[in-house]
Amino acid sequence: MTNTQTTTIPTVGEELRPFTRDTGFATWNRYAAVNDEFVPIHMDDEAGRIAGQSGAFGMGNLQWSYLHNLVRQWAGDDAVILSVSCQFRKPNTKGPVTAHGRVSSVRSSDAGTEVSLDIWTEDGVGDKLAPGSATVLLR
Amino acid sequence: MTTLVSEAMHSAVGRTVTERSSHPISESDIRKWALAVYWPAEPPRLYLDAEYAATTRWSGVVAPEEFNPFAWSVAHTSPSAHSAESGTDANDPDRLEKALGIVGPGLKFQLNGGLVAEYGERMRPGDVITGTESLHEYRERDGKLGAMLFTTIEDLWTNQHGSVVKRTLMTLIRH
Repeated sequence: MTNTQTTTIPTVGEELRPFTRDTGFATWNRYAAVNDEFVPIHMDDEAGRIAGQSGAFGMGNLQWSYLHNLVRQWAGDDAVILSVSCQFRKPNTKGPVTAHGRVSSVRSSDAGTEVSLDIWTEDGVGDKLAPGSATVLLR
Repeated sequence: MTTLVSEAMHSAVGRTVTERSSHPISESDIRKWALAVYWPAEPPRLYLDAEYAATTRWSGVVAPEEFNPFAWSVAHTSPSAHSAESGTDANDPDRLEKALGIVGPGLKFQLNGGLVAEYGERMRPGDVITGTESLHEYRERDGKLGAMLFTTIEDLWTNQHGSVVKRTLMTLIRH
């Protein structure tokens, strides 16, 4: 898959195409395997309950990757991600997770077009899991 | 009010916790990371296809920005990973303080509270990344899970050319 963005200048309020994954052990285990993140709360429902949740829950780091995937999907291969931030507000228990984004500001410079984004992931009932922001340089 | 932050912990703010160097990043490392974080869909060709990647502004395969070159094994680390006092068990809530040689707060659970990353040079196959992790700040408050300690850890990554790859602030929540 080639990941390219259109060359039009983004507009404030523009929505990014959502990035959705159905999360659970299949996604968490694959991420654990590449990040060496084998933690009981991500692998075992009883461990998740002992930690105060309804069962096992996914890594914040995978939410972090999904937010990056969202931005990359929108910005394209040639864009430069300058910064990303998020807070982990609600655990990702099993089920769909969708990353959303919206353009919050656009600024032109000699280096290109610098775009600020409000980004977040939410679960299947629409609760925000990881709200944050990103800054991207489009050229 | 009882505090979770001892004098020794206060005095440790600003100190380097660990310094580590990665093995040279391989195309396979990048491919596997991309496959995992995009699963079940195919990841972008930039991470898989050297011929395509050469046509982009990056002139070759680069790693996803959030790629972790220190997963599984590192080439060098200080303190030594073989030290019983190094506290390098990532699942130990007192890992940070043990690595600093001090007694930790003894809390039972830990969660990633959030991340802030500023990106510089992209990571490429062959790169060796050096990461310096330091204790940035302690904050505490009462929450729905009881007394909670918020610890900010800075991690600064540079490549073999000394160029900054990434600066991350991570908030560790312990309760």
